[in-house]
Amino acid sequence: MAKFDLNDESVVVIVGSGAGGGTLGAELALKGVKTVILEAGQRFEIEDFLNDEWASFSQLSWRDARTTSGSWRVHRDFPNLPAWIVKAVGGTTIHWAGASLRFQDYEFRAKSHYGDMQGANLLDWPLSLDELEPYYSRAEDKMGVTRTNGIPGLPGNNNYKVFEAGAKKLGYKEVHTGRMAINSQPRDGRGGCQQIGFCFQGCKSGAKWSTLYTEIPKGEETGNLEVRPDAQAVRIEHDAAGKATGVVYANSAGVLRRQKARVVCVAGNSIESPRLLLNSASSTFRDGLANSSGQVGRNYMRHTTGAVFAIFDEPVHMYRGTTMAGVIRDEAPHNPARGFAGGYEFETISVGLPFMAAFLDPGAWGREFASALDSYQNMAGLWIVGEDMPQERNRITLDPTVKDKFGLPVASVHYDDHANDVALRNHAYRQGMALYESVGATRVFPQTPYPSTHNLGTNRMSANPRDGVVNKHGQTHDINNLFVSDGSQFTTGACENPTLTIVALAIRQAEHIAGRLSANTI
Amino acid sequence: MKTHERKAPAAAMDRRRFIAGSASASAAIFISGAAIIHPGEAWGLEVKTLAPATMQTLVKAARDIYPHDRLSDKYYALAVKGYDAKAAEKPELKALIEGGVADLDSRAMARHGVRYVEIGWEAPRVAILKEIEDGPFFIMIRSGLVVGLYNQKEIWPLFGYEGESASEGGYINRGFNDLNWL
Ligand SMILES: Cc1cc2nc3c(=O)[nH]c(=O)nc-3n(C[C@H](O)[C@H](O)[C@H](O)COP(=O)(O)OP(=O)(O)OC[C@H]3O[C@@H](n4cnc5c(N)ncnc54)[C@H](O)[C@@H]3O)c2cc1C
Ligand code: SF4
Repeated sequence: MAKFDLNDESVVVIVGSGAGGGTLGAELALKGVKTVILEAGQRFEIEDFLNDEWASFSQLSWRDARTTSGSWRVHRDFPNLPAWIVKAVGGTTIHWAGASLRFQDYEFRAKSHYGDMQGANLLDWPLSLDELEPYYSRAEDKMGVTRTNGIPGLPGNNNYKVFEAGAKKLGYKEVHTGRMAINSQPRDGRGGCQQIGFCFQGCKSGAKWSTLYTEIPKGEETGNLEVRPDAQAVRIEHDAAGKATGVVYANSAGVLRRQKARVVCVAGNSIESPRLLLNSASSTFRDGLANSSGQVGRNYMRHTTGAVFAIFDEPVHMYRGTTMAGVIRDEAPHNPARGFAGGYEFETISVGLPFMAAFLDPGAWGREFASALDSYQNMAGLWIVGEDMPQERNRITLDPTVKDKFGLPVASVHYDDHANDVALRNHAYRQGMALYESVGATRVFPQTPYPSTHNLGTNRMSANPRDGVVNKHGQTHDINNLFVSDGSQFTTGACENPTLTIVALAIRQAEHIAGRLSANTI
Repeated sequence: MKTHERKAPAAAMDRRRFIAGSASASAAIFISGAAIIHPGEAWGLEVKTLAPATMQTLVKAARDIYPHDRLSDKYYALAVKGYDAKAAEKPELKALIEGGVADLDSRAMARHGVRYVEIGWEAPRVAILKEIEDGPFFIMIRSGLVVGLYNQKEIWPLFGYEGESASEGGYINRGFNDLNWL
């Protein structure tokens, strides 16, 4: 395992070790590039994971202060928990479910395909599906995505059986056990899924892909990658010419260090990445780094989500086995006849009794609520993932009063649903409830969105530097050795779960950075 | 469940009079010195900082907030008993809780002539909780219960939730796809 000097100016420094940062770091290391990953959280291993919802949440999640505003219900229900993001080596790939879908072709051209939508800040990606396809293939291979590369699908669990039966009753055609970054059989030195059912708490069998025990160790083995846990970047520094020179970071005791860098890549997920750029404001860059467009922190997207849970007169035991055990893709295409632009996926979801109590209808109490939980064992559930509209005022800003333990302003997250989001969600609720009713549900619940698990768009890609923060390689328009390497690059959100695309972009970015380094153009 | 509705000669009484209280409308949980005692479930809980009557009311209110007939009072008591120790550390918390319970009781007295715990049916108690649901006392008790009650591993089997499964080898051979009623 490598150990680089703080004054080594030749290293690439990556902030964050999740889907984006962990993949990028390993890819660079494999190409012989000396790389340091700074990770705010600790390093845990598979044996540390807990099959216990609250205990795992406390162990691994980002619980440092954040604030919220806006008309989204999360602001009322969880004012200081806008998002569910992991703070540990491996990032949110420890808690993620593994659903890995490619974007559809037109989703890279949302503005030209959907036309102008009032109040939405739509833009086409400076990148096409054609250009990304080879990287999608490499990402699927790396992550071992089922139903790609000859890997069989996972077996359906009880929750899936109900979902599939309802889908067929409604006449849906494309329903299966998903494209999942979960081994359905041993592969890449990891075993197959044991149907443990705590995918959201870290996979104790290692069947599910996470940068923690796939990419990162592969990178470390090369001797070119050093991962520094307990190292929270607090400021990116630059020289008089406006080039990034290094990153100042703090350990949990507040001790500050400065790692010099040839290139800096930001991959702290879509809330912390813009926060870091904004907190790095200087006399040269008064509005924050890479922010000449004013778009840093704006266009925050979280997918139009929601869930439907249903009670049957017989047991389901939905929590047994893979959390996201299947997908319906029939509603994914753009079909304006439904009354909204974009589409959505249905995916099964389950949570344990403790999270069901907290999230089924936050704040609710009394017999109506309690009687729903009484039927927990007879519940089935699905999740809605739809495209949400980017809006300029949905954004991450620095909170004017609340500071973290290092004295830095925390991120404040503002979100209002767009009318299109509301129309899409209502359509999905109706379809989801109809699906379960068609197979005999006695009670159905359209459930309000959880704190955001998909956080996107706050440093978006644009062809024109005026419209966004980074170019098609994730390189900031303003500073040529500063990159963004996570989901905050997304120009629009599409309706697929984002991580496969984050990983594909990271693989592509690694190629770009390595090429530019050897050509000496950064 | 052992509530006094069953023990009281309710059939002999009209509902109004029963709600309004009578000598026989006694709670399942008794106060005995500095403790609350549940003879039916055979447990007692010593209360040090809060008044025992306050703890008795908290247990009842906890059940009224998340009423599960299959859960004995013990689990509700476990979910709220921590407030006694916390109140010892924080005088403002003690004031909030004692004040909140006193408020419940005065509303109960005004409407039904008895303390909150002595109101016979759930609905009139819930009506009182509804009136205070946006206040800090209720919000604290309710949000504390979401974790304090539902995160007790002992209650999970009663809801058909099996909890930790990795040490059992997951569900791959234990029924992940055993549903056969469709
Ligand atoms: C319960 C759950 C289920 C999910 N399921 C799916 C799914 O099925 N499919 C899918 O595609 N996606 C899913 N996701 C989303 C997926 O996890 C994220 O899209 C993905 O992990 C984002 O990658 P990232 O690199 O942007 O950020 P992350 O993976 O969140 O990594 C960011 C890392 O940066 C660190 N960091 C932040 N700020 C700093 C700083 N200043 N200094 C140092 N380090 C810092 C954080 O601690 C964190 O470790 C799920 C998420 C959750 C919570
Ligand atoms: S269900 Fe499969 S993927 Fe999910 S945690 Fe268990 S073994 Fe891992």
